[in-house]
Amino acid sequence: MKIHITFPPLKGFSMSDLFVLIMLFAMISLVFFLGQEWKGDLKSVASISLEYKNLPYYVIQSVSRIGIAYILSLCFSIGYGYLAKKNRITETVLISLLDILQSIPVLSFLPGVLLAMISLFPNKRIGVELASIILIFTGQVWNMAFSYYNSISTIPRDILEVARIHRFSKFYRFIKIDLPFSAIGLVWNSMMSVAGGWFFLMACEMFVIKDKDFRLPGIGSFIQMAANEGDLQKVMVGLIVMVAIIVLLDILIWRPLVVWSQKFRFDTVQSEDEKESIVLNILRDSKILDKIWDSIESKIDKINNYLVNRQIRNIQVKKGVFKKLLIGIFFAFLFLLLFKGVITTINMLSEITFNDIFLLLKAGFLSLLRTLGAITIAAIWTVPLGVIIGMKPRVANVLQPIIQIAASIPATALFPIIIYFLLKIGGGLGFGSVFLMLLGTQWYLLFNVIAGASSIPQDLKDIAELYKIKGLRKWKILILPGIFPYLVTGLITATGGAWNASIVSEYVVFGGEVQKTLGLGSLISESSASGNFSLLFASTLLMSIIVVTLNRFVWKRMFLLAQEKFRLD
Amino acid sequence: MSNVILEAKNLSKAYPMRGGSQLTVLEDINLSVKEGEFISILGPSGAGKSTLLRILSGLIEPTSGTILYHGKPLDQAFPSIGMVFQSFALFPWLTVLENVEVGLKVKGMDRDLARQKAVKMLDLVGLDGFEDAYPRELSGGMKQRVGIARALAIEPEILFMDEPFSALDILTADNLRNELIRLWVEKKLPIKSIIFVTHNIEEAVFLSDRAIILSHNPATIRAEITINIPHVRNKNMKEFELTVDDIFTILTRPKIEAPFMLRKERYQFLPHAKVGAIAGLLELVLSKGGTVDISEVTTDLGLEVDDVFPLIEAAAFLGFANVKEGDIKLTDVGINFSRSDLLQKKVIFKEMALKNIQLINQIYQVLTTTEKKRISEDFFIEILENHFTKDEAWNQLEIAIDWGRYAELFAYDYDSGELYIEETEVEHIEKR
Repeated sequence: MKIHITFPPLKGFSMSDLFVLIMLFAMISLVFFLGQEWKGDLKSVASISLEYKNLPYYVIQSVSRIGIAYILSLCFSIGYGYLAKKNRITETVLISLLDILQSIPVLSFLPGVLLAMISLFPNKRIGVELASIILIFTGQVWNMAFSYYNSISTIPRDILEVARIHRFSKFYRFIKIDLPFSAIGLVWNSMMSVAGGWFFLMACEMFVIKDKDFRLPGIGSFIQMAANEGDLQKVMVGLIVMVAIIVLLDILIWRPLVVWSQKFRFDTVQSEDEKESIVLNILRDSKILDKIWDSIESKIDKINNYLVNRQIRNIQVKKGVFKKLLIGIFFAFLFLLLFKGVITTINMLSEITFNDIFLLLKAGFLSLLRTLGAITIAAIWTVPLGVIIGMKPRVANVLQPIIQIAASIPATALFPIIIYFLLKIGGGLGFGSVFLMLLGTQWYLLFNVIAGASSIPQDLKDIAELYKIKGLRKWKILILPGIFPYLVTGLITATGGAWNASIVSEYVVFGGEVQKTLGLGSLISESSASGNFSLLFASTLLMSIIVVTLNRFVWKRMFLLAQEKFRLD
Repeated sequence: MSNVILEAKNLSKAYPMRGGSQLTVLEDINLSVKEGEFISILGPSGAGKSTLLRILSGLIEPTSGTILYHGKPLDQAFPSIGMVFQSFALFPWLTVLENVEVGLKVKGMDRDLARQKAVKMLDLVGLDGFEDAYPRELSGGMKQRVGIARALAIEPEILFMDEPFSALDILTADNLRNELIRLWVEKKLPIKSIIFVTHNIEEAVFLSDRAIILSHNPATIRAEITINIPHVRNKNMKEFELTVDDIFTILTRPKIEAPFMLRKERYQFLPHAKVGAIAGLLELVLSKGGTVDISEVTTDLGLEVDDVFPLIEAAAFLGFANVKEGDIKLTDVGINFSRSDLLQKKVIFKEMALKNIQLINQIYQVLTTTEKKRISEDFFIEILENHFTKDEAWNQLEIAIDWGRYAELFAYDYDSGELYIEETEVEHIEKR
């Protein structure tokens, strides 16, 4: 059904245009506001006020941080994708590097990033702001980079040949082929990334390093402050505001983007359920936006034309030497970085004592058990529920929106509330942290199981019906194999999420006290806060090794098996 | 004398293989394209037709040889070419009109002018009224019309068409062929020449002035046939049938008559044919008296050459049939095989496969000599990769497994990826 909102026309100028103009105006004022806010000195924002009247400012600043980090992530992903596609060597190096980077939890970047930024902008707030943005960025960027790289790697040969026959410039190819091709994957991963941004917002807006306390005004730090003071009511209010903002952003940005990106599907048949977005319809009706879009398009054509002509004129000019020099410098730089990295590693690791190693291994083992526990519990409840929802479209229609809202609540914001009750009943964080991890990762699994169950073809379900295959046998023969590929994808994402969540669930500040339990996550959080860099480095390294090893030897194999044997096509 | 647009001299293309050897796909190709010519390149699939087309259009660099465009080397000439793809290769997110405009806008044409031109081309291919449709709303035939309009819009000198109609159903393909040749003959197309790749002999005879026939493995030019029948050609005309027959004979002649004439050092290339289909072909030939014209088989089965060739080749490899002068004739073993029941068939097939098929023999030898009578597929893939591309190595092994399973020589465990000899067979060997 098409929901169409019409406004009375205003002399060739529609209400849609008004909407667009207001949006443009709001964006410009936002930039000025942020400029005013962030250019000040660091001292002026030593503490966060818990007065409600400050909430709007906090919200604006948090959203801006996530937004800027997101734009950075997008640019980085695209650049990384191109660099990786440049040649075989960069491809292998950069893609394995991405695998490793992905396994490093956000907080491990904190000290390095913060110290760099503070030395760049001493005593200025902008330094800490940038550090916060970069931290959010490190939590958002990796899966987007993977997605973009995958998309541009899978563009069909014929389409690329069309571009070459018609002599698209590289720029034109990017606009007309690469971007459209990666649009759906990018939008989907952007949503995941931004959700991740909200998840770690509290950790990214307020941090302690070597007894120095850094606080940036934002909704994340508001909740964190309220938790520190043990003010449960304020935590709740902060949480509700946060969820409201997330839902609002979903309506204003993500939903329209998802609907719009459906245009870039690369299938040849028409699908039945075309989704709708009211906001998108309004934007589509806007004449101003039409004009802007048109002029952008013709600019793109002009730029391409200029590039093509230049290329034709320069055909005989060899630029080889310059290019080689650049590549040489790049690799020399990379080598230097690597060398420096190795030296630092050795230095850092040489400070690790035998006791530390024992502690690390024990912590690693405990965290491993917790992550496994968390995804096991998640699987136990999400698989049956997901299958029920996925196999019955009518149930899905009712439950889907509820689940989506539940899933959009950043679990970290719930932590203080849970810790509060946990302390009341006298439970420790040892098991409690499993529960906290579960909160953050169960949704990945649930959504994948639902998708898997709804993809089981009707004829197979009919066969099961016909042969009276029921109960356990039905699960064994039809359901589990049917959802297996989706289950594996969900498990991979969930485990990654659980490891990442360990840094915020094994170490929680509540009511002015630190609640923690031994684990790699708490080691990372603690050593980051206390400025014990060698321990921070060692525990990050260990976590990275565990995650990458698990990915390589367990998940990747299961994934291949799923793709080969349990494909339904 | 008419004007030569494109000239290829001594083109070869080889891909490096594992272990330093090379896989030659094209060898010593010479051809020229004159103004006003409609040329078809004909050959079995996998022969390298598409590779040749892409080399001629400058998309792929040849390993050796030169291509001249109006007497200038191709890479400096910025040739004016258009390409029509088998897969259509349309941008699904652009409307029909936008798809056609793309090529014009790249050239820096004014937007309004580009629009006018695109609309004109869409009219020409019969798509007026569909300008604002998206490709996914169109049928295959309609999509290819868009593909053709896009290629024509830039008014290329040469139009390259890579099996443009082979993804379409027979009626649609026929319809499009008719329209294409009408527009070509009436000189309504803004182009000078067409190079058309196909594996369909009738299509080539129906459309082109000159058919270039490729052999495969590696592809060389086997013959060039000039077709002087006036357009629009009728498939039932005597002359048409004769030309089709001629090409059949050329295509089948040296290769199948002597499969083992293949150079000694070359590994036997198993045709992509399943056992069931081979047996079916043999029975058909037997029912026609044991000897039959190949073109008759194709028309009888309603199949294209491409589908029947591998079957004939496989039958010849296995020693069930001989091919001579475009006829296929069953051998005594072949006749015997076709008359037997299933169990006997398996026995005969086993004997012939062991005797004539290098890969099956090898697999069997290796399996019987290993202690566990079981070995990973990777072992054979590694051997095959010294002779074939990665994909082809898997194809070859898949065929050998299909044949070997039928002959009950060995079995294959999909889950572990291992080939093995079944228990009963093991006892049988040990008894001997």
